[in-house]
Amino acid sequence: MFGLDKKDTMLLLLVAALTALAPFLLNPFPEGSALAQFNAGYPDLMQRFVIFGIFAIGFNILFGLTGYLSFGHAAFLGVGSYAAVWMFKLLSMNVLPAIVLAVVMSGLFALLIGYVSLRRSGIYFSILTLAFAQMMFALAYSVLTPITGGETGLQLALDDPRILDGGVETGGNIPVPGLFGMEMRDSVQLELGAWVFTFNFGYYFAAVVMLIAFYIAIRIFRSPFGMMLRAIKANQQRLNYTGLNTRPYTLAAFVISGMYAGLAGALMASMDPLAGAERMFWTASGEVVLMTILGGVGTLIGPILGAGAIKYMENIISKINSDILHNWFAFLPDGLEDLLVTLVYPFIGKGWHLTLGIIFMLVVIFLPGGLVEGGQRVARLFKSKKTDSSAAKPQTEPGE
Amino acid sequence: MKILEVKDVNKRFGGLKALSEVNLSVEENTVHAIIGPNGAGKSTLLNCLVGKLIPDTGSVMFNGQSVLGRAPHEINQMGISRVFQTPEIFGDLTVMENMMIPCFAKRDGAFELNAISSVQSQKDIIEHAEHVLDDMNMLDKRHMVASAMSRGDKRRLEIGMCLSQEPRLLLLDEPTAGMARADTNNTIDLLKEIKSKRDITIVIIEHDMHVVFSLAERITVLAQGTPLVEDTPENIKGHPKVREAYLGESSGH
Amino acid sequence: MDAIILQILNGLDKGSAYALIALGLTLIFGTLGVVNFAHGALFMIGAFCAVTLSRILTLSHVVVDSTKTDFLGRPLEVQVPYVYDIFGEATGAAVIDWAVPLSILFAIPVMLLVGVAMERGLIKYFYKRPHADQILVTFGLAIVLQEIIKYFYGANPIPTPAPAAFTGSFDFGAILGFDPNTIIYPYWRLVYFAFAAVIIGAVFAFLQFTTFGMVVRAGMADRETVGLLGINIDRRFTIMFGLAAAVAGLAGVMYTPINSPNYHMGMDFLVLSFVVVVVGGMGSLPGAVLAGFLLGVLESFASMREVIDLIPGINQVVIYLVAIVILLTRPRGLLGRKGVMED
Repeated sequence: MFGLDKKDTMLLLLVAALTALAPFLLNPFPEGSALAQFNAGYPDLMQRFVIFGIFAIGFNILFGLTGYLSFGHAAFLGVGSYAAVWMFKLLSMNVLPAIVLAVVMSGLFALLIGYVSLRRSGIYFSILTLAFAQMMFALAYSVLTPITGGETGLQLALDDPRILDGGVETGGNIPVPGLFGMEMRDSVQLELGAWVFTFNFGYYFAAVVMLIAFYIAIRIFRSPFGMMLRAIKANQQRLNYTGLNTRPYTLAAFVISGMYAGLAGALMASMDPLAGAERMFWTASGEVVLMTILGGVGTLIGPILGAGAIKYMENIISKINSDILHNWFAFLPDGLEDLLVTLVYPFIGKGWHLTLGIIFMLVVIFLPGGLVEGGQRVARLFKSKKTDSSAAKPQTEPGE
Repeated sequence: MKILEVKDVNKRFGGLKALSEVNLSVEENTVHAIIGPNGAGKSTLLNCLVGKLIPDTGSVMFNGQSVLGRAPHEINQMGISRVFQTPEIFGDLTVMENMMIPCFAKRDGAFELNAISSVQSQKDIIEHAEHVLDDMNMLDKRHMVASAMSRGDKRRLEIGMCLSQEPRLLLLDEPTAGMARADTNNTIDLLKEIKSKRDITIVIIEHDMHVVFSLAERITVLAQGTPLVEDTPENIKGHPKVREAYLGESSGH
Repeated sequence: MDAIILQILNGLDKGSAYALIALGLTLIFGTLGVVNFAHGALFMIGAFCAVTLSRILTLSHVVVDSTKTDFLGRPLEVQVPYVYDIFGEATGAAVIDWAVPLSILFAIPVMLLVGVAMERGLIKYFYKRPHADQILVTFGLAIVLQEIIKYFYGANPIPTPAPAAFTGSFDFGAILGFDPNTIIYPYWRLVYFAFAAVIIGAVFAFLQFTTFGMVVRAGMADRETVGLLGINIDRRFTIMFGLAAAVAGLAGVMYTPINSPNYHMGMDFLVLSFVVVVVGGMGSLPGAVLAGFLLGVLESFASMREVIDLIPGINQVVIYLVAIVILLTRPRGLLGRKGVMED
C-alpha cells in the first residue's frame, strides 16, 4: 500500500493508529486517582510529542543515514518558528501559508549552512554547525531584535496587518491560529465514568502532518537516495571511487532534515503563536540528538519513540515532587519511607535531567541501537526461547 | 590503441621526490603490471591516476582525455575503476546493496535525487546486480552484511563492484597483499577469468612476482620514483637493472 | 592607544580560561584520541571545589559572647568558624579570606581523582568507538555531572570572592604614562593571567623535560610504535587524563572570583573551548594556547563600543565567525598537523 512493502505499511498503520488513539492511550488512569499525574493525554503535551517527533524524524534522515552529526539543528527549528509567526502577523492566521513559508525558509538556511559546513566532515562538521547555530542564536537575541523580538520573543499584536484576514472581526482579542475556521486550540472532551479524554484539533492536525512526514521518511529510507546516504556513512571513500559525488547527497539530506526542523518549528508556532531565540540555543540542538539516539539512530520509528520518551520525562517526571513521593511510599515504615524518598528524590522533579543524562549514557554504552534495539533484543530473547536452537542467526535489517 | 598515457609526471612531498619524470603508456585490452620495491612510488602514481593526488607537472591522459584536476568520482565516470589494497566496501550494507550502488552510479551518473521510488522497484538495477553477483559466485551471499564476510570474499565483492560498471580500465592496488597462497591463487584465477570474458584493460600494482608473472603482458619497473624499464615478463625476468633494484628483496620468487 | 591596551588586558583573563580548557581538551584528544564533551564539566567541578572549600572553612559553631548583647539585652550569640578555634582569630580570618587560592591545594587531588576515575570507569571503553559515540557519551556524562552539582549546590550562581588583598584594581595607565584611571585592571585578573601562564608553562615543561612527558609526546605522534616498544602507554595516558582534568579544574578554581560559579558554566565554556581547539588545530598544544588567547583578545576587541557601532552584533559572533573562516580555509587550524580527524 502507498508504494510501501508490507512491513513498512504495517509500521505506518501502527503509528497512525497509535497517534489517532493517543488521547485514550496516554490517559489510562482515571481523573483524580493517585496515578492521574502520569496521564500524558492533554493537548499541550500530545502536540509536543508529535512536533518533536517530526523534528527527530528529520534529524535522523541526516544523522541516522549519513552519520553526519549536526549540533546546530535547532537553528532551523527557530527559523521555522519565526517565519511562521511572521506569516501570522502579515498574511493570515491560517496555518498553511505559515507552514509553507517556514519550510521554505528553513530549507534556504539549511542550503546555505549545509553548503558551507559539509565541506568538512567528522567533528569539524559538528563544530561548524554548532558555530552557525550559536551565531544565529546570538544575533536573534541581540541585533536582529526588530525581526525576532529579541529577548521577549516574537509575538502577535492586535494591530498586525493580517492582509488576508482583513475583514474578520477580532472583537478586541488577538486571533489564534487555525485552519479554515477551525482553531488549533479547539478541543472536545469525552467523559467516560471517571476518565476524561481530550480531543484537540491542533493535536490531530499536527499528528496528520507527522504521519505525512513519517511516510515521506519511509520512502526516503527505501529509495536509492536513502541507500546512497547509508553508503556515505558506511564508506565515503568507496562511494567516491564508485563514481558518486557525495557532496550533493549529503547536502540534500541536510536540506531535507532542515526542512523537517522548520516544519516542526512552524507547528510549534501554530500551537502557541510566539517564537523565541532560546529555541535555537545549542541545548535545543543537543535535545534532538538525545531523542534520536535514545529511540534508535538510523531506524524509522526510533526518533518518534525517543521524542516521546524525552518529552514525557520532561513533562511528567519533572512534575513529581517530594510530597507525591511520600504519598507513594506512605505504606512503608517511616524510616524506610524517608530513606526511599531521599534516594529517589534527586532523580525526579527538577532532577529529571539527571535521569535523562544517566539513561542516555546507558543507551550509548550498552544499547547503541536505542529503544528499538532494546525491543528487538527482547523480542529475540522470546523467539529463541520458543524455537530453541533453530540457528537464529542475527539478521540486521537496516531501518526497522 | 593507448588507453592510458602518463607523460613526464613529477610529484614532490616537501623535500621528498616521490615521482620524477614518469612516463607510462598502457595498450588497450592488456594486463599491465607496475612493480618495484617499497617506496618506489607505485601508490603515488596510482593516486595520480584516480584523482586522489594531482601531479606537480606532467599529464595523465585516459582515452584521449586528461584526468588531471578531476575529482575521483568524475574519473570513475570516465571509465576507470579502482580496487584498493585492503578491500573497501560498504561494510554496514548487504552484499546485494553493495553491488547495486555501482550499478546506480553507472546508470544515473554522479548524482541523482531519486528519493521517492523504492530500491525494490528498480528492476533493471536488481537484475544487473544479481547477474554480476552470480558471475562472482556470490549470489548465495547476497543478503549477508558485507562486513561479516571473509577477506577473500570482500576482495571478490570489491572486484565485482568495479566490474559491474563495465569500466574500460581496472586499477588494482596490490590485490593479493596479506593473502595466503591459496587465496592468492584464487585471485589470480579470478582475474584471468575476468580478462578472458571481456574487453578490459587492467593495470595492476603488485609486490608478489608470482602474481605479476602469472597475469601481466607488459611490466613497468619503478624504482625511486622513476621507471627503470618497460618490457614483457620474459625480458624483465633476466634484466640486470631489475635484479639490481630488487637486490635482497623478494628474491624468493 | 590606551583603549587598545585595555582591551588586550580585558581579553587576557577570558583568553587564559579558554587556553587552559583548550589545553586539557587537546591533551586528551592528542593522547587518547577522545573527543571529550565533558571537559567543561571538569572546569565547573574545579570551580565548585573552591565553593566547597570555602564552605568547609566557614563551618561554624555558636558561641555566646557575654560581652555584647543583642537588641533585647540578651547575650549575643555569634557564629564562630572552627578555623578560628584552630588557628586563632587573625590567622583563621586570613585562611577564610584566602579560600580560593587555598582551594588549589584541595582541587588538585580531587581533580586528579575525578579524571582518573572518569578515564578508567568510562572513557577507556570508548577508545575504539567512533568519535560520534565519544561525543555522545561524554555529552551525557556532562549532563549528569552538572545535574549532580545542581542538586547539591542549587541553580543560582554562588559568589566566591578573591582574597581582600586582590580586590582592588591596578592602574596600568599611570605606569605606562597615560592619564591615571584610563587603564585600570582588577588585580585578580592579573593573578589569573599569571596563574594560567605558570600552569601552561608547567605543562609544557613537564612534557618537554621529563621522560614521562617524552613518552607521552611520542605516543601522541605515533601510538602504535610506542606500544610496540613495550612501553605501557595506556597507564601514562590515564595519568595524562588526570592531569588534563586537574588543569581544567584549576582553571575553574581560579575563575570563581571573576564569574560566580553556577552549574552550567562548564557547558558555556565547553562550546567556546571546542571552537578554540579547532581554531588552534586539533591535537596541537601550542595551537590551543595561542588560539585561546587570540580569541579571548579578539572577543574583547569586538565588544568595544566603536566596533559594535560599526558592525552591530559582532561581539556576539566573532569567535564563531573566526572558527568558520579558519575551518573553511585552513582545516588543520593555526598550528595543527594535516589530516587530524579529517574523517
